[in-house]
Amino acid sequence: MSLPKILTAHTHLPGIETFDVYRKNGGYTAVEKAIQTMTPDEVVEEVKKSGVRGRGGAGFPMGMKWSFLAKPEGVPRYLVCNADESEPGTFKDHWLMKTIPHLLIEGMIVSSYALGANASYIYVRGELMYVVRILEKAIAEAKAAGFLGKNILGSGYDLELYVQPGGGAYICGEETALLESLEGKRGNPRNKPPFPAVKGLYQCPTVVNNVESISTTSWIVNNGGDAYAAIGIGRSTGTKLISASGHLKKPGVYEIPLGLPVQEFIYSDEWCGGIRDGHHLKAVVAGGSSVPILPAAMLLKTANGEDRLMSYESLADGGFATGTMMGSGGFIAMDETTCIVRNTWNFSRFYHHESCGQCSPCREGTGWMEKVLHRIEHGHGSMHDIDLLVDVAKKIEGNTICPLGDAAAWPIASAIRHFRDEFEWHITNPQEATRPGAVFKGHMELV
Amino acid sequence: MKVTIDNITIEVEPGTTILQAARKIGPEVAPPAMCYYEPLKASGGKCRACLVKVTAGSEKDPRPMPKLVPSCITQVQDGMIVENTINEQVLETRKGIVEFLLLNHPLDCPICDQAGECHLQDFSFQHGVQQTRYEEERRTFEKQDLGPNIQLHMTRCILCYRCVFTADQITGKRVHGVLNRGDHAEISTYIEKAIDNDFSGNVIDVCPVGALTDKTYRFKNRVWFTKPVDAHCDCEKCSGKVTLWYRGDEVIRVTARKNQWGEVLDFICNTCRFERKNTADWTIEGPTKVARHSVISANKYGANKIVPEFARRLAASQYKDVHEERDTSQLDIKQLPEERFKALIPPAGESAVAGIRSIQNWAEDK
Repeated sequence: MSLPKILTAHTHLPGIETFDVYRKNGGYTAVEKAIQTMTPDEVVEEVKKSGVRGRGGAGFPMGMKWSFLAKPEGVPRYLVCNADESEPGTFKDHWLMKTIPHLLIEGMIVSSYALGANASYIYVRGELMYVVRILEKAIAEAKAAGFLGKNILGSGYDLELYVQPGGGAYICGEETALLESLEGKRGNPRNKPPFPAVKGLYQCPTVVNNVESISTTSWIVNNGGDAYAAIGIGRSTGTKLISASGHLKKPGVYEIPLGLPVQEFIYSDEWCGGIRDGHHLKAVVAGGSSVPILPAAMLLKTANGEDRLMSYESLADGGFATGTMMGSGGFIAMDETTCIVRNTWNFSRFYHHESCGQCSPCREGTGWMEKVLHRIEHGHGSMHDIDLLVDVAKKIEGNTICPLGDAAAWPIASAIRHFRDEFEWHITNPQEATRPGAVFKGHMELV
Repeated sequence: MKVTIDNITIEVEPGTTILQAARKIGPEVAPPAMCYYEPLKASGGKCRACLVKVTAGSEKDPRPMPKLVPSCITQVQDGMIVENTINEQVLETRKGIVEFLLLNHPLDCPICDQAGECHLQDFSFQHGVQQTRYEEERRTFEKQDLGPNIQLHMTRCILCYRCVFTADQITGKRVHGVLNRGDHAEISTYIEKAIDNDFSGNVIDVCPVGALTDKTYRFKNRVWFTKPVDAHCDCEKCSGKVTLWYRGDEVIRVTARKNQWGEVLDFICNTCRFERKNTADWTIEGPTKVARHSVISANKYGANKIVPEFARRLAASQYKDVHEERDTSQLDIKQLPEERFKALIPPAGESAVAGIRSIQNWAEDK
């Protein structure tokens, strides 16, 4: 059976990053179809029908988000593409923009038309300047061919597309912090409500979507929302880009149909090819570093003993007690050589460094947790530190302005929930635990 | 529209926030606020001190809100039911917020100019716990002089952003803001520039802790030894309505007047604040009414004095004799010669020595 390819159908073609090759392979037909044969509302309707969910991490239905957009007369509306991907373990947007930039440009044009935006922005993480240049070149090519600028394809519709490099802060991936940064201000998240759909960029109605989400719209316009919804399983429709990394035989970016069994994704030769030779799977972070970590056995089977699937619902099955999240699709596999305490400390260092410092639980709590984990990892912890971490994580979770607090708390709380014995071993055997490469071997079965 | 807070229902205008509605009812149900400051637009939502539980969203949609919400920025809906002081989750979270705020805030109240007027002191007294679980090294900063009249003691700052909003909204030329991020974030001026506009002194008044201090007043007195008096003058730049803080006959500090929530009623200019320190510069209106529970009002204004109920409860439950749990085995007072007592405490004279002697006798009896 041939697997559906929506985003990666042409990524293997040499020169696909250029306008000519992209156009020869069916590129920009969605723009032609949308602008010449469909009304903006019809495009929105197709996206709604498709059931596509935001691919940035939150998984909110994209069509519904579009339908929330306020449409007051005389006020500009904006589409902003969130290309500030910087979650540890997640690199699919970066790869997509680098490999096939016109897919995003085409998606931006179709989406902007649907939303009635005449100026749209692609906010790219500042470190990826070479991607900014690739996108700028692609925009220039599209403009030269008449797909951007004034009076696109003679329809009277105008669209200017801008690429804006960010300052290189993880928090700028949060949609309201992104908008602040785009306005030239410090990238601090805004209090919500009002949501961007009502007051977004320059206080105007704005939709912020992820690169992967926007890139799917061309296919949806060309093939119809129903065709997209036919792929996948349940409310997890379509395909999803997964950035697989860690101790896998074949790490990389894969486009999977949602609903693929996790077992198959890890071990099948078509996908990741299994865990590196001589080793066994110990744990997985399934959706980027911010989602709860799961031990191998719990990842492969749900609490009911069913096969866990690569879908929003199946991965979350059982809540945080026995499940995790699809998140951004940053799939990090860890074999038995991974020290969970060190790994958790490493994630924690990241969130401590990236907290914007605006609200007190996140500003102070992320640093506190990192320091306690540092202590445990370096052999200076005490048993009450474990409960302290759980309590501090609980006090941060849900109490911050933006989800960065949750992102910092979940990995720690879940690591302790599932690997508490490993933390205890670090505390009770500090001399052994702090040896280079030392890993606790006494816990649950490996797969 | 109607909103019920801690089982008390009140009618409010559309657009009112939960915090404003609670304040209308009274201090008993008003959530604490460290970053919210009514005269400053867009303030609030940052410190999370005012988180409350909404147990019913509105009459139309009575579902509870899943998370605690910041009451200072959440507008009430008709029929909303809010729990503040009666909700365990809220009180537990507040304990956590106090702990977070105090992680890097030094407890230097004995030498801090804000002692007695400090919102963090009040907040931690009402909602905090007695001990911290933080063992790590605290964040510290060098003090910065922001011009001739203001000193920034960043170590005490809790990043409430009030001074940033003040600088942004009421001063003509903004030169300070927030640098860095996370727990490295700091309030500063660009390359330690001076803040030299006419209304810069207001950043001192809005600071809830002792991070921004008035250099003309620093270390001059404890606030509870001073006597606040309302006064005004004809000022070209500001309202001229101030509070003069007297020590004896001397005006040692001038501040803007504040309401019962500690928020400035009218911002004042630097000339009034820093340069008019003589009684002759002012028309005196009378003693300031300090309605908010505070050491400023304690033992001073009999009629206006508010004795908070939580303090009574705390005293009733936790009172014990000072010597009850004290280890006296290490006391070696009797070895100190009498001359040493006199040398140590000369201003208090014989009475102080007698006091210490009584401790000595007590130790000997033991």
